[in-house]
Amino acid sequence: MNTLTVSVVTPDGPVLEDTFEMVSCKAESGELGILPGHIPLVAPLSISGVRLKGPNPERIAVSGGFLEVRPDKVTILAQSAERPEDIDIERARAAKERAERRLQAKQDEIDFRRAELALKRAMNRLDIAENR
Amino acid sequence: MASLRDIKTRITSTQKTKQITKAMHMVSASKLSKAEEFAKAFDPYSNKIKEVVTSIAGSGQDADHPMLQTREVKKTAYFVIASDRGLAGAFNSGVLRKVYRTIQDRHQSNDEFAVIVVGRMARDFFQKRGIPILHEITGLSDQPNFADVKDLTSETVQLFIDGEIDELVIFYNHFVSAISQEVTSKKLLPLTDLQDEASGSSKSMYEYEPNQQEILNVLLPQYAESLIFGALLDSKASEHAARMTAMQNATDNADELISDLSLQYNRARQAAITQEITEIVSGAAALE
Repeated sequence: MNTLTVSVVTPDGPVLEDTFEMVSCKAESGELGILPGHIPLVAPLSISGVRLKGPNPERIAVSGGFLEVRPDKVTILAQSAERPEDIDIERARAAKERAERRLQAKQDEIDFRRAELALKRAMNRLDIAENR
Repeated sequence: MASLRDIKTRITSTQKTKQITKAMHMVSASKLSKAEEFAKAFDPYSNKIKEVVTSIAGSGQDADHPMLQTREVKKTAYFVIASDRGLAGAFNSGVLRKVYRTIQDRHQSNDEFAVIVVGRMARDFFQKRGIPILHEITGLSDQPNFADVKDLTSETVQLFIDGEIDELVIFYNHFVSAISQEVTSKKLLPLTDLQDEASGSSKSMYEYEPNQQEILNVLLPQYAESLIFGALLDSKASEHAARMTAMQNATDNADELISDLSLQYNRARQAAITQEITEIVSGAAALE
């Protein structure tokens, strides 16, 4: 069986490096599934979960990231990337509530967009952490 | 000549100071090794993002983006990284002096520039001189996470994208080795050196999803942010190294001072004893 080497790196250090059979993620332009032998590709990722399939599947919550694909190697560069067990659920919940409160209060556009992004990140984290 | 008791007091107080500087030296040494680890952990990310950015920016075609273009400079922002605390030798003064001199050389009025500062020392310095501060971060932890500085970096890059500033220059202490740090200034934005570097190394061609322009929109701000974060980590390592050296020097000086004072003390003590003997002997002689 062909495999892909997947490495996930963030500014705070590498999060994961292992081999998998398939990478399934959500790019800004839509869902992407990557199998070994894919042509070289670069795509930005939306704030979402990345599923790594194989004998030891993994799910990773990614935000502010993009994906670089080579035939036998996938690199995910993200401003933050966490495995389910590393996610601080309490903090994510607090962040979600905070963001929701900010969205309720009428504010100018920049704050609104920032709150929206914060909400997305928090919901993504909760989603990944709770559906291990 | 100082009395015996005076010298004794000075010796004890110097010894206490030495204890403190020695402790600070050891604390800085351990923080330095941690900071170096952090800087190392950041390497894979920065290398990779640089590789991808250069390969896209260098592939020519429609790779023009506001962040890559030099425009007429109406307002320059200086990003200054110093520390929150002193006692680090020339760490803060070096970088602050260089920024201040650059500003005085290049600008006539306060409208032409602004500073973005990290660290209490830098903030106080510019506040005192009435220089406009756009953003500031103080009380940053010794091992900053990317999340801690994300707001600052993204706001800084946003200022450039919005056209509030036309140029971003960063000043920080570059970590050369544990005993040497160098004040460095780098022009961060616009990203002009990418195309030159890319032309030399055309490694891999990529397919872009959805297209180059979209990717550059996402990637370039992230790249600029990563450069700022890299400089921050670099500066943190320098700070600990500078403090370590400064504290080592202070400990050495304290040692020297103590040995000088001990010599003085012993001499004084000996003189006092000699005098006492002379007094007794002469007293006895007078009785005979």
